[in-house]
Amino acid sequence: MDLILFYLRKLFTVIKNEVLVLPSRVVVVLFFLFLLLLPVLTKDSYLLRIFTLTSIFAILAASWDLLSGFTGQMNFGHALFFGVGAYGSALLNLHAHIPPWGAIPLGALLAVLAGLIIGIPCLRLKGTYLALTTLAFPIILMGLIFAFPGFTGGELGISGIARLARSRVADYYIATVLMLGLCTIMWKITDSDTGIIFHAIREDELAVRAAGINTTRYKLLAFCLSGFFAGISGGLYAHFMKIAGPSTLEVSMSFTVVIWAIFGGIVTIYGPVGAVFVLFPLLELLRFWQELRILMFAVVVLLILLYMPDGLFPWLRDKVEKECPRCKIRNVATRNTCRVCTAPLD
Amino acid sequence: MGFVLNVIISGLISGSVYALLAIGFSLIFGVARIVNIAHTAFYMVAAYCIFFVTNKMGFHPLWGMAAAIVLVTLLGMICYRILINPIREHEGAVLIATIALAMALQEIMTMMFTGTYLSVPSLIGGYVVILGVKVFYQQLLTFCVAMLVMAALWVLLMRTKLGLAIRSTAQDKEVANLMGIDEAGMAMITMGISVGLAGFTGAVVVPLTILEPGMWMHPLIMMMAVVVLGGLGSLKGSFLGAYILGFAEALVVFLAPMGSFLKGSVALSIMILVLLIRPEGLFGVYFEEER
Repeated sequence: MDLILFYLRKLFTVIKNEVLVLPSRVVVVLFFLFLLLLPVLTKDSYLLRIFTLTSIFAILAASWDLLSGFTGQMNFGHALFFGVGAYGSALLNLHAHIPPWGAIPLGALLAVLAGLIIGIPCLRLKGTYLALTTLAFPIILMGLIFAFPGFTGGELGISGIARLARSRVADYYIATVLMLGLCTIMWKITDSDTGIIFHAIREDELAVRAAGINTTRYKLLAFCLSGFFAGISGGLYAHFMKIAGPSTLEVSMSFTVVIWAIFGGIVTIYGPVGAVFVLFPLLELLRFWQELRILMFAVVVLLILLYMPDGLFPWLRDKVEKECPRCKIRNVATRNTCRVCTAPLD
Repeated sequence: MGFVLNVIISGLISGSVYALLAIGFSLIFGVARIVNIAHTAFYMVAAYCIFFVTNKMGFHPLWGMAAAIVLVTLLGMICYRILINPIREHEGAVLIATIALAMALQEIMTMMFTGTYLSVPSLIGGYVVILGVKVFYQQLLTFCVAMLVMAALWVLLMRTKLGLAIRSTAQDKEVANLMGIDEAGMAMITMGISVGLAGFTGAVVVPLTILEPGMWMHPLIMMMAVVVLGGLGSLKGSFLGAYILGFAEALVVFLAPMGSFLKGSVALSIMILVLLIRPEGLFGVYFEEER
């Protein structure tokens, strides 16, 4: 009993001293609570469908950030991982009759394999070369899919695969909980030693290599990790939509991922996730002006970029919080002194 | 024999189109380090422009071409001024700004002309039969005009003061600036030339293709492949790479049974194979920042 009380008190102190002091942390907690409690508030099938898709794409956008944001290896062909994950799990489900909970991770492993296959030739390239070359891979795969319609379904894609779960609410919970979990894992990865090396590769690869670190191995690791997460999101998408079609490999798919991630702010993980939760429902809201929808989406992205070229969420975060000049701990913008070392904030 | 001629004609036409597009893309990348995804979107806008002037207003196609080139060049420069120039320091932001611009242009064209397939009459009709293969005069014209424009561009870049300024800005921005070259102005002018080339490409190729708002996607991919294959910023490389990929496409289309699906895949695989051997492309230029 005492132990329980102790942990309760500890939880209370942590919430009071670590969470409530920073608006960004409060927002993250509220975001988790909102997503987990949404089906309690509404059973609206359409709304849940949108949020399920949003969660699936949030995983994809965050995985792009893990690779391209953190290691700076601009990947314009992220749809490859998504498509391989979708097709992989769909084919496994259809031909080997593996249920979704097994097919999705196996599809993701196929995406990891794809990451290795494209990573090995691509890592000799840098910057814009890499970006433009990676664009080619999903298109090559799409050509193969169209050329062998017997196995891959061609233009129509693979249909008739198993549903993710029995009900819409279960679908929603699977996607949301997986999204929250995987994004936390990605955020933890970027916070670990490996993540610091990823970040260092982005800033100055030569210096990292001079420090005795095999950068090629780490870049390949980034390709594989990112491929795994993107593959899971592809598998979820295939089983949720019950179809794996060539649209998962389209150039516009790769471009949309880049838009989400840069719009939200790269090298953050939370930025791309937030951006998907802003932009994807926005696109659905605009469905009342069906013919203007994409145009307005593009205009919103352009306008936001003109004023916040570093992305929406880092900009917002800098507005409400500031960093202590002495101990580098973040504080609410309204404070005059740092909450830890009491140094005056400017 | 007819087969060989078919491949040659098809390869020369698509090669010229890719060369024109890739040279424009390479130019603006070299001078301003902008990866302009919207480049082929301007090509699409030019094609629609001609359709509007010719089919809707009833003028001669030549007027349509002139109007298209001028309008698209202006449009490109305005877009550069308003949308890209303020965020040029942020590489990622420029990237998605051009993607968003391309999407916006596609949507505007869809709204104005709907998404249906359209076509434009040829500038000159008729054809000549060589070795049993129909060679349309329009195809010959497109090829010759493309060659002329590339020659003119070569003269502009290699023989004039403006060309010298563009080339030196591409080589080293800081030093060019120290020598009194207005770097921002050069970027603006180069953007004009680059988009003008895209508009011109749209103008010469439109009678040979079908108009639809998504027509910029395939050339965009091929253009990027050409630029990477030839070496970023190298005009010679872009020229050669364009014909290599153009002929590769033509061969696949005429040889393989599912050729039209595989043409993109094969061309892109060639690009990747070349990159495996020469990571900087055929004629890669050594950029100062990318050390």
